[in-house]
Amino acid sequence: MNEKKREPLLHISKRPEMPWYYIWGVRIISVVLALLVCSVICVVMTGENPLSIYSTMIKGAFGSPRKTWVTFQDVAMLLIISLAVTPAFKMKFWNLGGEGQALMGCLASAACMILLRDVLPNWAIILCMIVASTLAGALWGLIPAVFKAKWNTNETLFTLMMNYVATQLVAYFCIFWESPKGSGKIGIINQSSEIGWLPVIGGQRYLLNILVVAVICVLMYLYLYYSKQGYEISVVGESQRTAQYVGIKVEKVIIRTMLISSGICGIAGMLLTAGTNHTLTTTLVDGRGFTAVMVSWLAKFNPLFMILTSLLLVFLDRGAGDISSKFGLNKSFSDILTGVILFFIIGSEFFITYKIHLRKRAAKEVQLHV
Amino acid sequence: MFDIISFIPRAVVQGIPLLFGSTGEILTEKSGNLNLGIPGIMYVGGICGVIGSFFYEQSLADKADINGFLAIAIPLLCCLLGSLLMGLLYCFLTVTLRANQNVTGLAMTTFGVGVGNFFGGSLIKLSGAEVPSIALSSTSYYFHRPLFADNLGWFGDIFLSYGFMVYLALAIALILAYVMNHTRTGLHLRAVGENPNTADAASINVTRYKYTATCIGSMIAGLGGLYYVMDYASGVWSNNAFGDRGWLAIALVIFTIWRSNVGVLASILFGGLYILHMYIPTGANPAMKELYKMLPYIVTIVVLCFTSLRKKREDQPPQSLGLPYFREER
Repeated sequence: MNEKKREPLLHISKRPEMPWYYIWGVRIISVVLALLVCSVICVVMTGENPLSIYSTMIKGAFGSPRKTWVTFQDVAMLLIISLAVTPAFKMKFWNLGGEGQALMGCLASAACMILLRDVLPNWAIILCMIVASTLAGALWGLIPAVFKAKWNTNETLFTLMMNYVATQLVAYFCIFWESPKGSGKIGIINQSSEIGWLPVIGGQRYLLNILVVAVICVLMYLYLYYSKQGYEISVVGESQRTAQYVGIKVEKVIIRTMLISSGICGIAGMLLTAGTNHTLTTTLVDGRGFTAVMVSWLAKFNPLFMILTSLLLVFLDRGAGDISSKFGLNKSFSDILTGVILFFIIGSEFFITYKIHLRKRAAKEVQLHV
Repeated sequence: MFDIISFIPRAVVQGIPLLFGSTGEILTEKSGNLNLGIPGIMYVGGICGVIGSFFYEQSLADKADINGFLAIAIPLLCCLLGSLLMGLLYCFLTVTLRANQNVTGLAMTTFGVGVGNFFGGSLIKLSGAEVPSIALSSTSYYFHRPLFADNLGWFGDIFLSYGFMVYLALAIALILAYVMNHTRTGLHLRAVGENPNTADAASINVTRYKYTATCIGSMIAGLGGLYYVMDYASGVWSNNAFGDRGWLAIALVIFTIWRSNVGVLASILFGGLYILHMYIPTGANPAMKELYKMLPYIVTIVVLCFTSLRKKREDQPPQSLGLPYFREER
């Protein structure tokens, strides 16, 4: 037998907590690298120089007041769903059901707009809508939460499946309430009477949504970092056993947190249906429930950083949308760019948490110890 | 009347993409990797096959002198290569760089669906077609052609009327079930998925098992995309046509409680549930068919709840599913 010990070429160990400038340095470098790769892809695809591509992207997202408002509206909608799923994630409850929970909110508020339009005054309908959409979203989160808490059912898969149940339910009601008859979809609800539409403030149709989301963002930050319940969430997320030991009722925390999480998703749905789009379709949430997972994770579950990460993703999406229309590319181009940037950021986390030692250095250290 | 003889073949062809996807995902999940990128990988598999056969068909002067072997081999290899790259990317991020599997998987899905629709759209433009789709009918002929001669009446219709990829899917699923439960490799793989610490202590190379299982799993799943385009859709690629079948494949994994041999029948059942609305009279209300489409997901949820209620040890997800493994962390 060969007695010589084989040293692996690379040896990985965990880093101690790094200072903030190191962590952000790594992240910024990864974003820059990702943008470089993206520009290479763009150059290959379009034959333009990368600078003009980035200026096209910036113009696409912020080129005119209207575009800027739409960008901020998209950021706000992505942000609210990201905020909603965050408390669950901090608890290590992988709520991939944001999409379905928000859709249920859309459905509930559309139902209020359609069914109550001749029954109640406008303010009462809006009140009903807020309550109904929160409850509908919360119900969609409550079911997996109860199963997780009582029987430890896998929540990732459960919430994922609930999305499609919600989608089909919405598809059902789209045909059920179709207008005009036979079109198979719901047009603009209450277009002439504007019953159940959220009021437009300051002459900007998106401003109310943005303000609501800003308020929720601050509240969520305070809830997670400065409240007893937020602390309980962190403890349960770190270790359920520790939580049990110090007398936190884990089941209660799981169910309560999921109610909050999915309830906010429901509100997001209401903002979409009653605030801006005034309609109900199966694609109204537009995959934000999934993008939110990435936004929340990229921001390390910090609500304030989420403003930045959701801005980054929306900027890419809208900017790449403009590139594709300008250079005659397909709209899905933005998905590719988003994917590349995500891969880089996901990969960069490794260099924050771990350290690589090469063989030579490791060997020297051993000698020193001897 | 409910026409069972026309229903079953249609359920089968609906189920086969799901079977490919779920077999691949079972293999992946058994190694402890929850690859939520499967929908994206299936898109990539499909589009790579399309790209391969598109350029092959373009290179021919006359569509008639297409070589049967190349017509099958080129898309197949392109598909396997594309999905292998996706699998490698996933492994590199989650196994080597220990990134969060849910986030990586979702990013892969975004990326993969984007790649599929982007290149699909570009090819459509390149081919200058009037309709927003690419038709590869000469290639599809070889995929779609029934593998067995058929003059056996209803028996032939139900069992022998499919292209070769259907039988390939069944074979892969059954072989995987055998390997998983009756060989040492399978035992080691399951050990890696259940508890990588213990497996490592028993001198099983955790990283190698995770990489191999996930990459092969992605390749199998990618074939599902190829089957969908080449056989089911008769060689017509149109953007987003594949729909949410990738997620349905993940649902199927749970439904079969991580057993690919059960998947053979379960995928046909899912395929049947998927098209049931066309066979059941919905009466005056066409909206009902949307509720029928909900059935596969509801059935999956019921199975998921039921297995966690019963707490039978054989029916649980792999214990370390979704968790990265780092040797020095205890």
